[in-house]
Amino acid sequence: MYNASDLRKGLKIQIDGDPYIIVDFTFSKPGKGQALYKCKLKNMINGSGFERTYRSGDTFEQAVLDERNMQYLYNQENEYHFMDTDNYEQVMLNEEQVGDVKNYLIDNLEVVILFFGTIPIGITPPNFVNLTVTQADPWVKGDTSSGDSKPVTLETGYVLRVPPFIEEGIKIQVDTRTGEYVTRVKE
Amino acid sequence: MPEKSSLFLRAKIIQSIRLFFINRGYLEVETPVVIPAPAPETNIDAIKTDIGFLQTSPELCMKRLLARGYSKIFQICKCFRDGERGHLHLPEFTMLEWYTAGADYFDLMKECEDMIKHVLNETGMGQVIDYQGKSIDFSKEWDKITVREAFKKFAGKTPEETIESDDFDEIMVSDVEPALNNGRPVFLYNYLSSQAALSRINKDDPSVSERFELYAGGLELANAFSELTDSEEQKKRFLEEAQNRKKAGKISYPFPDKFINDLEHMPPSAGIAFGVDRLVMLLTNSSSIDEVVTFTPETL
Repeated sequence: MYNASDLRKGLKIQIDGDPYIIVDFTFSKPGKGQALYKCKLKNMINGSGFERTYRSGDTFEQAVLDERNMQYLYNQENEYHFMDTDNYEQVMLNEEQVGDVKNYLIDNLEVVILFFGTIPIGITPPNFVNLTVTQADPWVKGDTSSGDSKPVTLETGYVLRVPPFIEEGIKIQVDTRTGEYVTRVKE
Repeated sequence: MPEKSSLFLRAKIIQSIRLFFINRGYLEVETPVVIPAPAPETNIDAIKTDIGFLQTSPELCMKRLLARGYSKIFQICKCFRDGERGHLHLPEFTMLEWYTAGADYFDLMKECEDMIKHVLNETGMGQVIDYQGKSIDFSKEWDKITVREAFKKFAGKTPEETIESDDFDEIMVSDVEPALNNGRPVFLYNYLSSQAALSRINKDDPSVSERFELYAGGLELANAFSELTDSEEQKKRFLEEAQNRKKAGKISYPFPDKFINDLEHMPPSAGIAFGVDRLVMLLTNSSSIDEVVTFTPETL
């Protein structure tokens, strides 16, 4: 059980049976008045959010979450399927739950799936993923008009800016925390 | 983590505050940080230790000194409030308090202006500063607005109505305080008599108390009173506050009998508690109190 004084950004609490994460938090206490805990909360299952100000005396149930290593299998009609390689159990996340991570999902990628009880609710990819460039404008040596970067498309459909010497068919490493190009991968 | 320049400016600000009061004939005093009986206040929680409570304010000891005949006193000290942590709060913070026999809360407003203008001069900052993208002009006459006017104007309600609906504090934070951040320092005064704390009730309008808070740049800098000197009335208020604490399941404190006894000898006075860290935030353009102290509980 949490008290209002435990509230802070990133804390996960349970409200009406659903897990919520505090995405923004402000403590205030107007002169001689009571402590107010303003929270922006996001439902970790459906992504809906709301804002509410709590007071001391309010209590909260902890949201108990588990993490499991799983492998990405395939996507079909905006449903993303994953498998636990230990017991072959399969689970599914929808497009909204997968969010930007879909930019990195290639077959057999090892990811961490977040569970609330038995319900899968979120995904964390590895910090670095290697992806193949499927579309890039050719690089003309000496051409400085395009500046020091150009957009390319990766095998997942993700478009990002890379140095001009990156060409089609090349594999690059992407930092999934920033979504940015890191380096060219030598095979 | 503070910028190096912020700690230099902090030292300079504190030195110039000290100089201001010394020049005006105030006596600098030190009272014990560990005390047996804090003032019972519903929303301020003292930290209990094996040897007593850590002071939440030096107020009671300072007033006992007034009662002993020290008529102009100031103190810069550490105060402790349990559970207060946010971008404007630390559980251990630096307070400036000063008390003047024979003065009232309007005198204190004037002295606040003089003190901050002195600090701005001594630190070479000029009378117009930039805080978090907004300019604050200290040179023009500072604004004054009553709590009643402010609630009417910025929330469309009377403060009594919000107390009735139990959301005075919420409306203060969401509607009133942001509207007060208006390019000039402002005194928010005449809190309702039910919010008098340790201040005296206004003679002409007994529905309000002679209490003000100073705001600048959206920061609440100080709380001040024409002090209540009626010991019977003070005792009654303390008992009510102690009762509120009990109802809220908060720890109770021993009753401050010696303070109540001494209050009978205290002359009419005005007193103010001023947050030094907040003033440093304002003058160093810091958005968080973490940026103006050497260490926070998290970095210790």
